[in-house]
Amino acid sequence: MIGRSAGPASGEPMTPVLRARGLGRRYGRRWALRDCTLDIPGGHVVGLVGPNGAGKTTLLKLAGGQLAPTEGSITVLGGHPASGAAQQARIGFVAQDTPVYAGLSVADHLRLGAGLNPGWDAALARERVERLGLDPAHRAGRLSGGQRAQLALTLGLAKRPELLILDEPVAALDPLARREFLQGLMEAVAEHEFSVVLSSHLVSDLERTCDYLIVLVDSRVRLAGQVDDLLATHHRLTGPRRDPDRLPAGQHVVSASHTDRQSTFVVRTEDPIHDPAWTVSRLTLEDLVLAYMEGPAPAQGRPVLEVRR
Amino acid sequence: MMWLTWRQFRGAAATTGAALVVLAVALALTGPELASDYSAGITACARDGGCGQFFDRFFDDYQAPFQAATVIVLLLPALAGLFWGAPLVSRELEAGTHLLVWNQSITRTRWLAVKLTVVGGAAVAAAGLFSLAVTWWSAPLDKSAAPGFTLMDPLVFGARGIVPMAYAAFAFVLGVTAGLVVRRTLPAMAVTLAVFAAIQIVMPLTVRPHLLPPVSSAFELGPENVDSFGKSSDREFPEVVLDSAIPGHTGAWVLSSRLVDPSGRVVGGDGAPVTVRVSVTSGPCAPSQQAQEEGRGMDGCLAEINRLGYRQRATYQPFERFWAFQWIETGVYALLTLGLTAFCFRWLRRRLS
Repeated sequence: MIGRSAGPASGEPMTPVLRARGLGRRYGRRWALRDCTLDIPGGHVVGLVGPNGAGKTTLLKLAGGQLAPTEGSITVLGGHPASGAAQQARIGFVAQDTPVYAGLSVADHLRLGAGLNPGWDAALARERVERLGLDPAHRAGRLSGGQRAQLALTLGLAKRPELLILDEPVAALDPLARREFLQGLMEAVAEHEFSVVLSSHLVSDLERTCDYLIVLVDSRVRLAGQVDDLLATHHRLTGPRRDPDRLPAGQHVVSASHTDRQSTFVVRTEDPIHDPAWTVSRLTLEDLVLAYMEGPAPAQGRPVLEVRR
Repeated sequence: MMWLTWRQFRGAAATTGAALVVLAVALALTGPELASDYSAGITACARDGGCGQFFDRFFDDYQAPFQAATVIVLLLPALAGLFWGAPLVSRELEAGTHLLVWNQSITRTRWLAVKLTVVGGAAVAAAGLFSLAVTWWSAPLDKSAAPGFTLMDPLVFGARGIVPMAYAAFAFVLGVTAGLVVRRTLPAMAVTLAVFAAIQIVMPLTVRPHLLPPVSSAFELGPENVDSFGKSSDREFPEVVLDSAIPGHTGAWVLSSRLVDPSGRVVGGDGAPVTVRVSVTSGPCAPSQQAQEEGRGMDGCLAEINRLGYRQRATYQPFERFWAFQWIETGVYALLTLGLTAFCFRWLRRRLS
């Protein structure tokens, strides 16, 4: 977790970079996001994870000001997302599939970024393009997927935003390009100190980069917190079969599975676990996320988190 | 934003610029000769009469380039709508690049405003220049044009003066609107073409005649408004076919041209043959009489029909209203353009994501 200490003021209380209250967005009759109340503190690399269709893109588009909420409110960096160019200058946004102008060259892209952003960091952009080995005269349409994503990231970084939002930036990339992209992102975070919100349906992408995690399922926030805290307060308990109601009051069951003789619980608790009947094991981030997806899930037939290594 | 818009548009601009230059050169090379032919012909025919024949011959000689130039100016607005308007936004939506540009420090309102101004302005300028060049070039032809090809006639009217600019602006914004709503380039182009063609047909047929109240008046029959006069052997009375022209009002846009009988009743017309109850066994319309007065031809017979009380009743828009109509129609299309533009901005803010 490279980004752990990268924030501008780790440990200090921060004004939230994103604050949502009862936020909802409807497309026609379908709610893409519902009843979302969320505070994302500043100075973190935040991973937004959830199955496809959970509302990740909708939440990010609301934050970027590309969508207006149907209900509720959202403020980003203290301002309304769609309040104008000044607000937009503070937020970088790398859209899903990292679109670039196929007919324009790499240099053209840097020029358009310079023309459209008052805070454009030309040196950063130039240096990044050089380091990536991109030929400025190369047409963006002929770049590989990884290079295209890097170009889009360069545009987002050179804008020098206070908050950079990335919507599934690596979903279409091969593992190597994916790693290079996330590495580049982490280096930039370490160097320039800005907040990041990054969505993915792959926990493994987030594990290496994020120090704050939000799990979104069925258009609702299921879990939000610092990765360290989450890992420290969640445990897997394995032991003789037992009814969940008979667990101590401080232990909240996230998920439970039973065989004839044995029960396995994932519990959240602040307290140490003393019961000698349990074998207590630590959870990986992926286990944790999966537990919340499987957990007290009311809906039937929803998409399941995709897990890849 | 200006730079980006120009960078995306410069290919199309160069193509159009090249076409404009080619056309301008062609017109500049042939225009002076056309004008001198015309003035020489006018001088000659004023001396020995027969300017009518000169007009016919002169117009016939140049009809092909005249029609080609007219068609180019008529098509240009549609092309602007199809190839500049429809892809302007839909191509970005298809490629997802609108998300790239909207995430720079620029509002999408400003983004669309710059695109509309730069590319739309270029469309209007191109149409204006084409129209200006063709209007200058064809001035002698417009003066000698046969009925159906005068300045006030629907096809030529739309290819002269200032209306092509208004058409281009409208077609362009129509294309942009279609692209915004349909979100795909090819269907947007199809929609643009269909809607623009329909409007360009409906406008001259149903709206333009009423932009100013048409003049209605009765005229005596004469060689200018009678197309043909004849009698088939199985009928008692001859039939007359009226032209869409009226005596003394050259270049007027004749909306209807009908024959009224001595009692004032409309008996027919608008291109269809109408029976005239005039004797062909005796009097000026009898074949024997016509043979006697060789050279006077139909004149005596038409005089007799006029004496009986037959008249042409025509409603028309006089030629003098050409510029008034140009301004009014430009205004109408400008309003449509503004309406669509407002719709585009509204749609962009409310409906797109």
